[in-house]
Amino acid sequence: MLDCTSKEIRKRAGGAINPAKTCQPIGAMYAALGIHKCLPHSHGSQGCCSYHRMHLTRHFREPVMASTSSFTEGASVFGGSANLKTAIKNVFAIYNPDVMAVHTTCLSETIGDDIPSIIKTSEVPEGKLVIHANTPSYQGSHITGFSNMVKGMVNYLSRATTEVKKEQVNIIPGFVNPGDMREIKGIVEAMGIKYIMFPDTSGVMDSPLTGRSVMYPGGGAKVEDIADAGNSKITLALGSYASSDAAHLLERNCGVPEMVLKTPIGIKATDQFLMALRQGFVKKIPYQMEEERGQLVDILTDTHYHFHGKKAALFGDPDVVIGLTEFLLSMGMKPVHVLTGTPGGVIGATVGDFEKEIKELLSISGIDGRVKAGGDLFDLHQWIKNEPVDLLIGNTYGKYIARAEDIPFVRVGFPILDRSVHSYLPIVGYRGAMRLVEMISGALLDRADRDAAEEDFELVM
Amino acid sequence: MATAKAADLVFEERKDFIMTKGKQKKNLKCDSDSLAGCVSQRACVYCGARVVLNPITDAVHLVHGPIGCSSYTWDIRGSLTSGPDLYRFSFSTDLKEEDVIFGGEKKLALAIDELVEKYHPKLVLVYSTCIVGVIGDDLEAVCKAASKKHGIEVIPVQSSGFIGNKSAGYRAACDALLRLIKPDGIRLKKTSSINYLGDFNLAGEVWIIKNYLRRLGIHVNVAFTGDSRFETLKTATRASLNMVQCAGSMIYLAQKMEEIYQIPYLNISFLGLEDTAASLRKTASFFNDESITASAEELIKKETAVVMEDIRWYKEKLQGKKAAIYVGGGFKAISLIKQFREIGIDVVMIGTQTGREEEYQTINDLVDEGAVVLDDANPSELEKFMVEKGAHLLVGGVKERPLAYKLGVAFIDHNHDRKHPLSGFVGAVNFAREVYSTLCSPVWKYV
Ligand code: SF4
Repeated sequence: MLDCTSKEIRKRAGGAINPAKTCQPIGAMYAALGIHKCLPHSHGSQGCCSYHRMHLTRHFREPVMASTSSFTEGASVFGGSANLKTAIKNVFAIYNPDVMAVHTTCLSETIGDDIPSIIKTSEVPEGKLVIHANTPSYQGSHITGFSNMVKGMVNYLSRATTEVKKEQVNIIPGFVNPGDMREIKGIVEAMGIKYIMFPDTSGVMDSPLTGRSVMYPGGGAKVEDIADAGNSKITLALGSYASSDAAHLLERNCGVPEMVLKTPIGIKATDQFLMALRQGFVKKIPYQMEEERGQLVDILTDTHYHFHGKKAALFGDPDVVIGLTEFLLSMGMKPVHVLTGTPGGVIGATVGDFEKEIKELLSISGIDGRVKAGGDLFDLHQWIKNEPVDLLIGNTYGKYIARAEDIPFVRVGFPILDRSVHSYLPIVGYRGAMRLVEMISGALLDRADRDAAEEDFELVM
Repeated sequence: MATAKAADLVFEERKDFIMTKGKQKKNLKCDSDSLAGCVSQRACVYCGARVVLNPITDAVHLVHGPIGCSSYTWDIRGSLTSGPDLYRFSFSTDLKEEDVIFGGEKKLALAIDELVEKYHPKLVLVYSTCIVGVIGDDLEAVCKAASKKHGIEVIPVQSSGFIGNKSAGYRAACDALLRLIKPDGIRLKKTSSINYLGDFNLAGEVWIIKNYLRRLGIHVNVAFTGDSRFETLKTATRASLNMVQCAGSMIYLAQKMEEIYQIPYLNISFLGLEDTAASLRKTASFFNDESITASAEELIKKETAVVMEDIRWYKEKLQGKKAAIYVGGGFKAISLIKQFREIGIDVVMIGTQTGREEEYQTINDLVDEGAVVLDDANPSELEKFMVEKGAHLLVGGVKERPLAYKLGVAFIDHNHDRKHPLSGFVGAVNFAREVYSTLCSPVWKYV
């Protein structure tokens, strides 16, 4: 399949073909699942909620609980206020979460429902909380939705209550897997630093099988911790697209200084993450981290000749792709096509420098590549037809291109619908980088084995 | 614990949607809207419409709306094709802020122009999503203009999410199909031609049934819509009978075709040995032709003989196990109950998303005393009754799979994600094998 993509590139203005992004609400839903005992709520038609849950379920292979306002024709005419009020009442009566996290959809945004005032005039049981984020699907992408919900958490929950800031760091991990969140926490713990991480989907979206199903698995950031984030000494926002808006708001509302870093993918970005932690807290880098780093460098030198000069195409969410690009460059590879579906400057947001950032990274290494924000996989496929590559990295949807062009393919990002285990294991930190090296060299060498002539087929590679 | 509590609190309002056989007199309430604030497993109008139309392999399926709806439905159905694969692409107008403010008609027209130029389709289906009506786009007018401009069919599918549930989407899809069908005055010879409705060729199921019918001397004119193409769909009126497999999605089309074109229809089901044999006989008797009847009997005998030994083997292993069913339509639930019986399994819980009243009646007649029947169930209800009734296996769709696993209950997908054909005689064995391989897997020992 996919012979339907032509090589000749023409300007298009009529929408997307084979998208490299999806809509805001699903990102908001995923972020909300990273609060302990929180039920995400989709304020719109039931179909949206159903699609988002299904998609998340396919990626994480976990049950995903979320409620819906179940809009009907009436709501689309008179507004969804009555639906949301009923929903708030019902959610606490039946599902009894600690927090209900409301996000909007394209429909409720277009109708113009005023969520904060609906919440204010609703009956919320004592000790329970309703937070919200506006997530219009016609702006940005799922990453924007994630960012907006994290901002909503700060907005509703974080407060500065102490004179002096506490010796603790806030970490906003971005739209990454639970496996990555565990790795990030592990690193900060190894450094011996007290931290608050939110959202935190570990223990929620990678919960163990116990033979009992629980509505709210044990994981997730606690409300009191998100509140206390207002008293921390510094916030590290990992990935500007998914995390910097919330960090920014935390600085403005609570006076917690923000520091925006890359998603710690690869050796350089992980170094920077550790440095930031050390600077903030004047701690010595523990031996464990030095050892891991040393192992990674060892692995990279052992294998560098497999990678050198290989051309790669990569696509996915901006923060992850920026980190990956940097890492591939440090391995000596040439990322000649780099694309994200998330558009650059979203109205009202302060982030969006994908193209500039990638271009800078490439130019330092003397590579002249194609870079695009707000692109789709039709674009990427055309690029590859015009300049073939040795490796493709991206989410599951890349498999069509990989097959059509017969390119080795490494699955990284969201969503991955056709493989499992990925959400449990990290791509961040030194150990995540080792895993990436294993995946990439595995793909390249399997291909070399497959294509080798009988006489060139080797045991030792 | 929270879930248990939630389930105990099953709303006053939800009570009418649940019944236990032998306990109530009144009929189950169904086809109402889900409650605001519930964790519903239900999908929307667009979803229903897309599911029905998606298998038209050579059409451009263009989703008019923000990106989400199109992303979530990109190639998720396992409908197979014997040729064109344009339907596996994801096309969206990807509406942005400015389109929402100023209207999306221009962008839609542009999108159609570009796609027609690129792919030269004969048919473009334009799906409306939630906001299209609200921002005031006149889909009908844009499609009409585009159709005229390009000299092809551009058909709007009225599938805004909030106008109902999945059933409303089935209807919207059928309406679109009705616009495609063009009577050309050609009626094929009475015995030779039928249409086969409500099979989406998941894992190649249409092909199996076509083959059976061919052996009976019956030609399938068009399958709606599994592995179908524009040119053949158009000729649907040439058939002398409509056979309806998935009644939930297609009964409306069959009724309309009877009304407009006087083509009668038959409800059949090719799920399970019993229903497959009965359906072949029913089809044969419609034609009242001795040779067809004889071929049908021969086919049933031959195919049953091929699979019977396997089925018996599985039945022995599976005897006494209990199953729970949660599927989209009532029709499928009915067939599944019978199919489980064929392999010695009792069904203790049945839920559907869009079952109709008469289907719930049939279900109630089929199941044993004490079985629970629910409409539009939510996860905590599913869990409560699975545990309470001691189900060993759940049949469901994507969202139910991890739910079952978390409880240590086996699972099979009877939805988009099925990997083997489940219809006909071969399908019955595949079904038994799938049930066996999940129920009897060693992994459950570790739970
Ligand atoms: S694009 Fe809009 S209607 Fe479609 S799933 Fe996203 S929020 Fe729902």
